[in-house]
Amino acid sequence: MPILKSVFELEELRKKILSDKDRNIPCIAICGGTGCHNQGNQRLVQAFLNEVKIKKLQPRIHIRETGCQGFCEQGPMAVIFPQKICYVKVTVEDVPEIVAGVNNNKIIERLLYTNPSTGEKIIHEDDIPFYKNQTRFIGGDFNKIDPNSIEDYLATGGYSAFVKVLQMMTPEQVIGEVKKSNIRGRSGNGFAAGRKWEACLKAEAETKYIICNCHEGDPGAFVDRRMLEANPHGVIEGMLIGAFAMKATEGFIFVGDEFPLTVHNTETAIKQAEEFGLLGKNILGSELSFTVKVTIDGGNYVCGESTALTASMEGRVGEPIAKYDHATEHGLWAKPTDLNNLQTWANIPFILRKGADEYIKTGTERSKGTRSFSLSGAIRNTGIVEAPMGMPFRKIVYDIGGGPREGRKIKALQVGGPMGGFIPENQLDITVDFDELTKAGLTLGPGLIAIDDNACIVDMVKYFFAFLSNESCGKCTPCREGLRQMIKIMNRITEGKGKKADLELLEAIAKVQKSAALCALGKGASNTLLSALKNFREEFEAHIESKQCPAGVCKMPLPAAN
Amino acid sequence: MSEITLTIDNKTVKAREGMTIFEAAKNAGINIPTLCHHEKLKPYTACRICTVEIEERGRITLDTACSCPVENNMVVRTRSENIDNIRKTLLELMLSHAPDAPTLVELAKEYGADKNRFEKEPMFCILCGLCVRYCNEVKKKHALAFVERGTKREISFIPEIAAKECWDCKECFPLCPTEYLQATYVLMRALIDAPASNSNPGE
Repeated sequence: MPILKSVFELEELRKKILSDKDRNIPCIAICGGTGCHNQGNQRLVQAFLNEVKIKKLQPRIHIRETGCQGFCEQGPMAVIFPQKICYVKVTVEDVPEIVAGVNNNKIIERLLYTNPSTGEKIIHEDDIPFYKNQTRFIGGDFNKIDPNSIEDYLATGGYSAFVKVLQMMTPEQVIGEVKKSNIRGRSGNGFAAGRKWEACLKAEAETKYIICNCHEGDPGAFVDRRMLEANPHGVIEGMLIGAFAMKATEGFIFVGDEFPLTVHNTETAIKQAEEFGLLGKNILGSELSFTVKVTIDGGNYVCGESTALTASMEGRVGEPIAKYDHATEHGLWAKPTDLNNLQTWANIPFILRKGADEYIKTGTERSKGTRSFSLSGAIRNTGIVEAPMGMPFRKIVYDIGGGPREGRKIKALQVGGPMGGFIPENQLDITVDFDELTKAGLTLGPGLIAIDDNACIVDMVKYFFAFLSNESCGKCTPCREGLRQMIKIMNRITEGKGKKADLELLEAIAKVQKSAALCALGKGASNTLLSALKNFREEFEAHIESKQCPAGVCKMPLPAAN
Repeated sequence: MSEITLTIDNKTVKAREGMTIFEAAKNAGINIPTLCHHEKLKPYTACRICTVEIEERGRITLDTACSCPVENNMVVRTRSENIDNIRKTLLELMLSHAPDAPTLVELAKEYGADKNRFEKEPMFCILCGLCVRYCNEVKKKHALAFVERGTKREISFIPEIAAKECWDCKECFPLCPTEYLQATYVLMRALIDAPASNSNPGE
């Protein structure tokens, strides 16, 4: 591929890709996200390719391996374009039947999704309640794109937001648009991205960096890596727009070492973008020069914290430090640096393509657009969910998530990971909104874990403490020693050796930790405990006073025989 | 360097730009307790015992005096009910490792800390990092490091370097707020592990 030297050449290429693609030729899109990869979807894709070859249907049926299509519970899925017929839990044995069905325009009834509440078979992907109730600004295109094909992304209108910015806007106008969209930090902290961008543009330096934080380590959070893995070009486009707006010269995508597929897809996409002249010097003949690199960290949870992330990228030990100047002035290698969460970057092309006015139509007064979550735990439909801001969590749990598994009851929803907390069932009407969650003492993190009556809240809190005590850097006293003592107390309680004073002791440690710890991990380490004590205190009391675990999870001593 | 005026414990204090609250307070004769601070080393902010209250535009925040730079018109309080409670609890957490360390015992008296409040886990080390940082930043020998993270974090001498550098130095020992018993033990263990040819100072 010769390097594209102008916007005109890019648009010519897009036209050619679109005209080469006959929209009426059926295409089988098979889910190839990490979850389906683990179920051996590569054999499945190979089986499809072989079947099409053997039956000599090659030019008449396309096979596409996509990134995660979201409905993990039913994976691997195969969606037949252009009708979007959706087959679920597809196995290698089903392949000949599906290919024959596509060839003869026949629908295979037994592979369709069955609505568990009505028993009805659903043919089209968009009619499945899991998808129907979502607003998929970002995830809607994932099954139209092979993450390793820049042509697929261009065919869906990819890089057109960047073209628009390059041709018609000034950096100030781009930032104006981002500010107007009021997109807030999707890491969960809700800081306005536009303000950060503005500060970074104002900082004067020849070298400026922008970083995409895809370091996702919360237990039960698996959405950022899937979004990057499913459409890496979408993130690169977002970063290109950021580079133009902030006059940044280099970009980094910070990814955890434990996501090999994400790293592979991202590196492939960067290489393609470089080959097409969308990254490098004088992009599309303009003044803009920008490169993107993938930085892999050693799998240390606390490296998601910005100062630890910077330390890790600079080759120092990934530990938080006290910092009194802004990263937008002195960030990575002391240069102005803008750090945004992966979901923030993924939203940028959408905002610029549709315009901020269109974007802010979705959401609440102060939280706009959509928020992608990973939904897991004791629920029918696990997977990736993109919900509009303002949607009640009840709708996510029951309409999208399909409610509890057979015969069980939802007890709570865990949000925000180890530094988050619980929304009890009777408070699920709280909506997806940064400020509403802050008011409830929670954060709008990316992971949602449904908890049913089979789970013991006390045991869950103990689990989160164990997680944090392994993942804390161990630098500051309140976090390290606080967690050490809180685990000892939680062990006592779950072994039936708890004392009445233990709850006060836990609360006393939590109070000091919250106010005196060095970083957000330490300050938030006791959040799940405090949330559990606020909403499920009776479970703690049952463990301590009657030496019983109501859910039957903790191994309590047998009552002494008379 | 411009001059800065701030208030610490209701006393008007003059300081230079770039100074920390701890330095400004010290110059004004106001004592703020520290455990991981050393004037030759970069601020580390790990023990959190020097946490103070800062009031700015009606908002009260907490920060470590050893690291926080002074600002004009800043109002700092080095003692309050909240701060004393934080220091007391932090001391109690540290005393569970080294209940008889004189520095800790003395501070415990001041803040009413109970050395038996938390379950004991003898370790002597409170991971202030003075020895590690002194070796790295001042001596530049890097014979000492932290290993592991979270609650498993500990100090460790690197046998190969320790065998060459530590016999005649040990300048880190007197810095230890818990009487360096842990450091002595860990050093001995490292020297035993060191390659045989280096481990005897007589050779």
